[in-house]
Amino acid sequence: MKLNKIAAALAACGLAMGVSTAQAQKLSGDKIVVGFITDMSSLYSDIDGPGGVEAIRMAIADMEKQFPGKKIELVFADHQNKADIASSKVREWIDQAGADVIIGGTNSSTALATAKVAAEKKRPYIAIGAATSRLTNEDCTPYTVHYAYDTVALANGTGSAVVKSGGKSWFFLTADYAFGHSLESDTSSVVKAAGGTVVGAVRAPLNASDFSSFLLQAQNSKAQILGLANAGGDTINSIKAANEFGVTKTMKLAGLLMFINDIHALGLKTTEGMYLTDGWYWDLNNDTRAWGKRFFDKMKRMPSMLQAGNYSAVSTYLSAVKAIGSDDPDAVMAHMKKTPINDMFAKGGKILPNGRMVHDMYLMQVKSPAESKSPWDYYKVAQTIPGDVAFAVPGGTKCTLK
Amino acid sequence: MNLPRQALLYVVLLAVVAALPALGVYPVFVMKLLCYALFACAFNLLIGFTGLLSFGHAAFLGGAAYAAGHALKVWGLPTELGLLTGIATGALLGLVMGALAIRRSGIYFSMITLALAQMLFFFFLQAKFTGGEDGLQSVPRGTLLGFIDLRDDLTLYYVVLGIFVLSFLLIYRTVHSPFGQVLKAIRENEPRATSLGYDTARFKLLAFVLSAALAGLAGATKTLILGFATLTDAHWSTSGLVILMVLVGGMGTMLGPIIGAIIIVSLENKVGDIGMFLGRVTGIEWFNGLGEAVTVVIGLIFVVCVMAFRRGVVGEFAAWWTRWRGGRAAAA
Amino acid sequence: MPELFGIPLPAFLSQLLLGLVNGSFYAILSLGLAVIFGLLNVINFNHGALYMMGAIFAWMGLTYFNINYWAMLIVAPILVGIFGMITERLLLKHLYKLDHLYGLLLTFGMTLLIEGFFRSFYGVSGLPYQVPEALSGATNLGFMILPNYRAWVVVASLVVCLGTWFVIERTKLGALLRAGTENPRLTEAFGVNVPLMVTLTYGFGTALAGFAGVLAAPILQIQPLMGSNLIIVVFAVVVIGGMGSILGSIVTGLGLGVIEGLTRVFWPEASSTVVFVIMAIVLLLRPAGLFGREK
Repeated sequence: MKLNKIAAALAACGLAMGVSTAQAQKLSGDKIVVGFITDMSSLYSDIDGPGGVEAIRMAIADMEKQFPGKKIELVFADHQNKADIASSKVREWIDQAGADVIIGGTNSSTALATAKVAAEKKRPYIAIGAATSRLTNEDCTPYTVHYAYDTVALANGTGSAVVKSGGKSWFFLTADYAFGHSLESDTSSVVKAAGGTVVGAVRAPLNASDFSSFLLQAQNSKAQILGLANAGGDTINSIKAANEFGVTKTMKLAGLLMFINDIHALGLKTTEGMYLTDGWYWDLNNDTRAWGKRFFDKMKRMPSMLQAGNYSAVSTYLSAVKAIGSDDPDAVMAHMKKTPINDMFAKGGKILPNGRMVHDMYLMQVKSPAESKSPWDYYKVAQTIPGDVAFAVPGGTKCTLK
Repeated sequence: MNLPRQALLYVVLLAVVAALPALGVYPVFVMKLLCYALFACAFNLLIGFTGLLSFGHAAFLGGAAYAAGHALKVWGLPTELGLLTGIATGALLGLVMGALAIRRSGIYFSMITLALAQMLFFFFLQAKFTGGEDGLQSVPRGTLLGFIDLRDDLTLYYVVLGIFVLSFLLIYRTVHSPFGQVLKAIRENEPRATSLGYDTARFKLLAFVLSAALAGLAGATKTLILGFATLTDAHWSTSGLVILMVLVGGMGTMLGPIIGAIIIVSLENKVGDIGMFLGRVTGIEWFNGLGEAVTVVIGLIFVVCVMAFRRGVVGEFAAWWTRWRGGRAAAA
Repeated sequence: MPELFGIPLPAFLSQLLLGLVNGSFYAILSLGLAVIFGLLNVINFNHGALYMMGAIFAWMGLTYFNINYWAMLIVAPILVGIFGMITERLLLKHLYKLDHLYGLLLTFGMTLLIEGFFRSFYGVSGLPYQVPEALSGATNLGFMILPNYRAWVVVASLVVCLGTWFVIERTKLGALLRAGTENPRLTEAFGVNVPLMVTLTYGFGTALAGFAGVLAAPILQIQPLMGSNLIIVVFAVVVIGGMGSILGSIVTGLGLGVIEGLTRVFWPEASSTVVFVIMAIVLLLRPAGLFGREK
């Protein structure tokens, strides 16, 4: 009898503690509001966009059970690649909708602007879609996390890994604007450091409709590798033209910023043999395949690194909130920076003091049509690049945060 | 509407806008609105009152935004000088572009402004000082005249409101002056204006420069408020947007551009929310995706306005008002 | 190796040839604009969007109905032309008596609509389109390897452009069209159905844009925004050439394509702006355009 009573008392205590722990979660506004701002309709909407929203929804759905009785809300908007809209929307969300964390989509200028707002208002900002490495260097803040990739990783990955695979002499086709220039210079230094040579470079105007003359110059250079320091439509057009002019017969193409959606749009016949660096691929292991399939069932296409990154980032944030029992920005940031990330997106990922999330990157080579066994079966992993190597900034980070 | 009534209307509007922060409206959003409203009013000076359709006005907005940002951030100039840099840049760009464009008239004029603005866009894209795709970030707000600290949103709000009111008064004065009359004459019938002895090219150029300078002020102020200047400010889609603002609001009216700016800027920011709302209310799933279709919505508004709503909100209202009063007079 | 201005002759000639290819696109598009403007006094801002439509229809034809490139070369322009005629009948017709700027605004709005519409269905990454079998491969011309398809583009454009010029300047139909522009009332008095002619002309102009789109499909990635940046350059071409003359727009288009191609060799960064710079110079020296007539 007594034992039962003691057991009952213990159980009651346990229950009470359990309940009080749940209630001890101090959430501002008694709910968690996730704000997601990205390009929903224009240049970058395929690699992130509505698919990115869906990925976040999946993360919230999966984590909801850990917050019994509390709401987790998602607000999202299309910044149309305009920093004006991004920054005002994020301000509004923080001031009026009680946003607790902002997830950043594509476009670097919007990311930089949003990071400023988030820092001013003291809310965690997890940038996923933007490429600019300035987020963790010149423009770092205590509240910024740069999650999936950046230009440094792309340069390190493609540059050094391709040289290691035998592609020693390079010629660059660069889009003539700041982003293209930095891709080119970052990759050039990595190539040279790895023992390769840069034979030459040609600068093409952004959104040039015709790359034939630039490709001819590339062909005449007799380099082994043609580095495409451009993005989006320019990359796609230059790859097409490279095929047409037979450049691909004598040179291997290395796309410095490419996503699986670009390969899908071009088709394997045009892109086979190309090198590119990616941070995630649906066919890497069982975890990635499982999640990729879930995404595919909803969106009818395989997720890109950014969409997978969205899912992982939100899960990481929510886990941090759950672990410390509150959504206090400083506490969450501190927790995230000292907790390793092990999920379908990254194994052994960690967030550095400057906000950089370091994880393994992969040098991919595009399969030939014969090698591809199913739709979206596009890559084979040529090399796994350890996170520390991939994200190493030459000369150390320019961020002063410790 | 006669003058005292007009003045009263403006004063009431001003009082309302001044009181908005107290009513809980988000100051940064209203400030952004005021900048675009100024941009639209400057544009209206050219299209509504002089009859010149410039398709490259974003060059002035963007150029001044970058210039002011650079002046404030890199040269460390005090705020008022930063704004002046913006105005000067706008005026200078306007002078050069205008001088070239005015050599042709009508459709050619528009196409030339578009092409020149595009050239300038490419320059901004490649130039180091603009930061290219990243944009010019971290522009400090500083202090106005050395003692008004602009970091507080509310203080900045009233300063921006002041800038807007002064500019609006300038436009008002310009339009209702002899100079403005000549502009209207040029809009109505240029050959006749020439035959009356007016050097129409000079007047058009002057109007162009004035419009560009005010657009520059709008750009500089926007940089001040938001703290950054990006390529979007100089892109041709922004040129298209300001045309739409004036079209929707009412060309050739004083308040039209302001109303148009309010409608379009709110739309840009809120299409997603409106879509969700419509989706919930009507139960039609498609509306939820409206946020992705901002361009389609804007295109649709353009087409509808041109076909059926040419006078714009203010224009239609004025016409209705006259009809109503005419009706009453007839009945009396 | 003989050199010309410091560039080996083969490279020089090859860039010249490539410039001609681009120039062909400029020529067809500015021809379409000139036809529409010359005969309707409407500036067709949505020319770029129609060009994109031509390309997308070619892709749709192949993907959904398995209609090959050659058939689409005829079908797509017709479809675009029909679309153009419908918009002319429904919308543009009402704007003729108004200020020209409304036509410009309407077509601008339509550009946004058309592009946004296709974007919401097909995304922006683009759609793949392969070069048709008969034209794939390349010919070794000695100084360069020219993909056969590009040669075809030049030939096709020249044929279409010269054909159009011939019809408008040398046939009775063309004479009627020109009469209809100069004096619609008088022409109608002769029993000619001027409004119908206007509609058909607009349809033809837009069909030209669609044709250019089909030609472009195998070379460029087909995506909803492909017309936007191109159209602004074409406007500059049209200002340089002057819209009074059909032959003028063809020559200017080809010439500017070549100049742009040469700029790509000597000063690649400037190749996107060289057309605008030339436009500025022409405006200063000869405001009516190289072939234009002051109205």
